Amino acid sequence: MGVDIRVEHLNAWYGKTQSLWDIGLNIPANHATALIGPSGCGKSTFVRCLNRMHETNPSARAEGTVRIGDVDIYKDASPVEIRRRIGMVFQRPNPFPTMSIYDNVASGLKLNGFRKRRVLDEVVEKSLKSAALWDEVKDDLKKKSGASLSGGQQQRLCIARALAVDPEVLLMDEPASALDPVSTSKIEDLIFQLKSQYTIVIVTHNMQQAARVAENTGFFLMGRLVEFDKTHKIFTNPSDKRTEDYITGRFG
Amino acid sequence: MGTLPVRSARFERLLNARRESTNHVVTVLSIISTIIVLVPLVAVLGYLIYKGASSLNWAFFTKPPVPVGETGGGMANSIVGSGVILALASLMGVPVGIGAGVYLAEYGAGTIFGEAIRFTADVLNGVPSIVMGIAAYALIVAKQQHFSALAGGVALAIMMVPTITRTTEEMLRTVPHSVREAAFGLGIPKWRTVVSISLRTASPGIITGCMLAFARVAGETAPLLFTAFGNQFWSVNLNQPIAALPLQIYEYALSPYDEWHRLAWAGALVLIVMIMVSVTLVRIFASRGELKGGQH
Repeated sequence: MGVDIRVEHLNAWYGKTQSLWDIGLNIPANHATALIGPSGCGKSTFVRCLNRMHETNPSARAEGTVRIGDVDIYKDASPVEIRRRIGMVFQRPNPFPTMSIYDNVASGLKLNGFRKRRVLDEVVEKSLKSAALWDEVKDDLKKKSGASLSGGQQQRLCIARALAVDPEVLLMDEPASALDPVSTSKIEDLIFQLKSQYTIVIVTHNMQQAARVAENTGFFLMGRLVEFDKTHKIFTNPSDKRTEDYITGRFG
Repeated sequence: MGTLPVRSARFERLLNARRESTNHVVTVLSIISTIIVLVPLVAVLGYLIYKGASSLNWAFFTKPPVPVGETGGGMANSIVGSGVILALASLMGVPVGIGAGVYLAEYGAGTIFGEAIRFTADVLNGVPSIVMGIAAYALIVAKQQHFSALAGGVALAIMMVPTITRTTEEMLRTVPHSVREAAFGLGIPKWRTVVSISLRTASPGIITGCMLAFARVAGETAPLLFTAFGNQFWSVNLNQPIAALPLQIYEYALSPYDEWHRLAWAGALVLIVMIMVSVTLVRIFASRGELKGGQH
């Protein structure tokens, strides 16, 4: 089951450039939350702070409080532990190129030392079914490489891989921006189904997408969270002039 | 959007004709270059077969050398000796080289220590092989007071390391960052990511680098002259002087006897075939288990 995420006074830097300014918001459990805003507004940096992925860049640092459920991830846990509880799907599909479809899905468990064949088989099947990919790949699980699939299939494979470690939160950084419309709508359907079991945070450039999949939406601008509210309210009656300008296409 | 100037049909035709002819010229030039590269290669191999194949017989592969004047000797001890020295060199050089390459690509990037190692590796790559022999002589032979297979192995290992280190580093750098991020995102620790994701993705290139290093040292004579030293008799003792094909070829080729010259040609042929066979075997072995539609 998903857990809620509470963020307080989060600041982040790349080198000397500050890219997030005093972000605070509560993301409710078992819902989808969309983050929108123009390129470079800090929404990707923000989600990367939620699983401490931000730190993998040597010049980057973050300060503030992020609670995932009861855990203050910057105080109480190592990045490796945190990332096992928080799945991440990236903008470009990134399956492990040398691994079969099966091994891609099982990688999170296998590479953390889990070896029980029967359980792995079950997890792989369940994850691929959750990611709506099972029927398309079930005959080639161990024969074909993850990289041999189409772009949309690769992205669903990456989702299955993230689900296989049984995370509580799923972070998606523009998961459909490199995909064609058919694949995009499959990913959106998937988000719709998954959000009953996971807390989903999705970064998107596509405002219709945010409106379709998310209950709550946050609008980022120049490293600041301008507005965070019910998606319906953001798109029909935003409180902030800047939000209104952005969603009506006056800039960005 | 600017608009392209309208061109006459005749102008278009001329332009296309020029493009086509340029295309032909470049294709022909590249074919000629390929032939120029292949000619010496094929010529050397052909000449070796012509000169050496007639001296190859069962005894060549089963008997050690015999004194001048006697017939029926072979190079069995040199073939085995070369195998022993190369196995030793690979056992030492490959892990150390790959380890250093991993450090340079995954951990030491941008550090002064990393830069120092990279610089050292590049310098070592250009050091004449005889200097490597002297180093191994000073490190091992002078201390132990005798020549040994081990010293020969160390000399060749030192020669293998810089090539392997730099190829490993370069190949790891070609692994996309997104693939590493995928692993970090799953909560896979860094060491695991390096071993199971980065190294595995880069393995075809790294294997090629190791094979290049292996093939290069397999034919080295100079570093073995005062380390492995050579041996006219059977020995696989790592602490004793040991025979090696390049040494035996060198000795026979410099001798005044026709019979020994013929054996030297045969030895050279065997050496080349040994290198080709081992490189091919490693490639076949490494490509087993490759998946459909794997690497792009």
